[in-house]
Amino acid sequence: MPAHKFVRLVLKYVLLAWIALIFIFPIVFMVISSFKPDLQLLRDSASLRAFLPVGDLSLENYSAAFDRAPIRLFMFNSVFITAVTVCLSLLLSSLAAFSFVFLQWFGRSVLMAVILATFIVPFETIAVPLLLIVNNLPWLGLDGFKTGWLNSYHVQIIPFIADALTIFLFVQYFRDLPTELVEAARIDGATWFQVYRRVIIPLSGPVIATAAILKFLVMYNNQLLWPIMVVQEETYRPVMLGLQYFFQLNTAWGEIMAYLTIITLPVLAFYLVLQRAFIASIASTGIKG
Amino acid sequence: MGQVLLKSVRKSFGNTEVIPDLSLKVPDGSFTVLVGPSGCGKSTILRMIAGLEEVSSGSIEIDGLDVTYKEPSQRGIAMVFQSYALYPHMTVAENIGFGMILAKRPNAEINKRVREAAEILQLENLLDRKPKQLSGGQRQRVAIGRAITRDPKVFLFDEPLSNLDASLRGQMRVELAELHSKIGATMIYVTHDQVEAMTMADQIVVLNCGRIEQQGAPMDLYDGPETPFVAGFIGAPSMNFFEGPVASQLGCDTLGVRPEHIGLGDENCTLEGKIRYSEQLGSDTMVYVQHEVYGQITVRVEGSRKLEIGSRARLLLPEEFMHKFRGGRRISG
Ligand SMILES: Nc1ncnc2c1ncn2[C@@H]1O[C@H](COP(=O)(O)OP(=O)(O)O)[C@@H](O)[C@H]1O
Ligand SMILES: [Mg+2]
Repeated sequence: MPAHKFVRLVLKYVLLAWIALIFIFPIVFMVISSFKPDLQLLRDSASLRAFLPVGDLSLENYSAAFDRAPIRLFMFNSVFITAVTVCLSLLLSSLAAFSFVFLQWFGRSVLMAVILATFIVPFETIAVPLLLIVNNLPWLGLDGFKTGWLNSYHVQIIPFIADALTIFLFVQYFRDLPTELVEAARIDGATWFQVYRRVIIPLSGPVIATAAILKFLVMYNNQLLWPIMVVQEETYRPVMLGLQYFFQLNTAWGEIMAYLTIITLPVLAFYLVLQRAFIASIASTGIKG
Repeated sequence: MGQVLLKSVRKSFGNTEVIPDLSLKVPDGSFTVLVGPSGCGKSTILRMIAGLEEVSSGSIEIDGLDVTYKEPSQRGIAMVFQSYALYPHMTVAENIGFGMILAKRPNAEINKRVREAAEILQLENLLDRKPKQLSGGQRQRVAIGRAITRDPKVFLFDEPLSNLDASLRGQMRVELAELHSKIGATMIYVTHDQVEAMTMADQIVVLNCGRIEQQGAPMDLYDGPETPFVAGFIGAPSMNFFEGPVASQLGCDTLGVRPEHIGLGDENCTLEGKIRYSEQLGSDTMVYVQHEVYGQITVRVEGSRKLEIGSRARLLLPEEFMHKFRGGRRISG
């Protein structure tokens, strides 16, 4: 290899490593700090020691965190709410997109434009009207009929199932699929639902994985403003609300780091699993290339 | 088996009228080729027969039944697409049997029919492969296999060979013709390639801008083209057209003579020109002659002839091979 090429390569890797480090430093800091007592944590944070597993390391913070907040409950709530929302979102968004792309009906392009327009409306602007709406909606649960959705799982799920981005992702993907596949299936006698279920969805692995990852991250990480508004009871709270348990009289930084480390785990696990599925599905459908 | 009838079918996309008013009869058991330049509405016609495109007005009958508003799967048709349209996530066997799987036929029957189709098309060893593991010709066969197992009254082909290389195309032409004589079903075949039309059809329908220019047996179209368009489209290389004195002497405004019918080097010649260029193909030789008035004239002579570029060429247009047109129509004789 000529010298200048070698230098270029080295520079490239140094740059990439540097960028990777910038992204990974906060996470390393969080994990390392979660094992340190508060005093040492604060002292170390002024130097590079903040990123090194040195000094007095223990699981103290973790057991304290578990004592302070019902972590298991919050974790369950968050994962449950997120998982149900992601599944319903994938189902409904892909069905909606299928209809937009493959079926002919009056007003579909107008409706598509309207849905895309909702993309630019931030959640904060609709939070209060949405609260008024859900507060007046009826619900039939195990304990009978009642009005108002406050203090429940479904109030944290149903408003977030459909969103413009997920529908848009599916629409874009479906538009790139060859229409002849749909036509061939129609000639083969498939109903529209069978076309969706047996031809389109089996070819949609990549977009399903992408949409699932995005939706999971958005749902899991943004459970803050809305739960504060609609969930007063501890029973239905997600992990993000659990943070307030640690900012009471004096802030316990070590415990916060332990708590954050724990609640990051589902995201990491989900991401790793889906990334694999994502690559596998591209390789197996053979649509690209 | 089925006869296909199109009665005053029109088709517009928005404000553009693609098919103005088309009536067509495709006889039961025939191999009918719709041929025409690209963009003339061939696919649109085929897709309307298949039910993939609605007619704007008019009606379509298949085997005596009005199918104008029937679903594609209810029309007794099968279609082979230019892109093959195989389901990428299914094996060859599943691709071929998908229609029967959807119809919830018993497994034994599906296997039997898939096997039969595979045998006809020599796909027996490929049944477990996915489409991306197949060559172009094999994919084409799978697409045809899928059509066969539907046991249709009418097969529809939309330029099925245009993605194949030349030698494979020749081979598939033969196979399709054989398939037709074996199955005996009506086949409607769309192509822009007049060679495919000439070699496979019992009936050719020449289309131009959504209208039928002429329909008939291949040799009838070759020997007696009704319009200059058909005359120029059928036959390769294209017919030579002469306008001006040569034509008006004979009482027409356009005179057509095929390259293979022009005599070269005769003493009592009709026209004289200069040889611009010649191509020796072995079996015959193409000579391009430049004439002062009529422009370039193509002549095809049998055998291999070495001709000097720039030398004079005497051309004879034989009376019996002349095609005379006036006002865009053939005059009898
Ligand atoms: N879905 C469509 N929307 C608008 N125009 C179309 C559509 N399909 C075909 N056309 C137009 O109709 C004409 C005929 O198309 P087509 O039937 O595909 O021609 P061919 O198969 O003979 O090449 C073309 O001008 C094409 O642009
Ligand atoms: Mg076409």
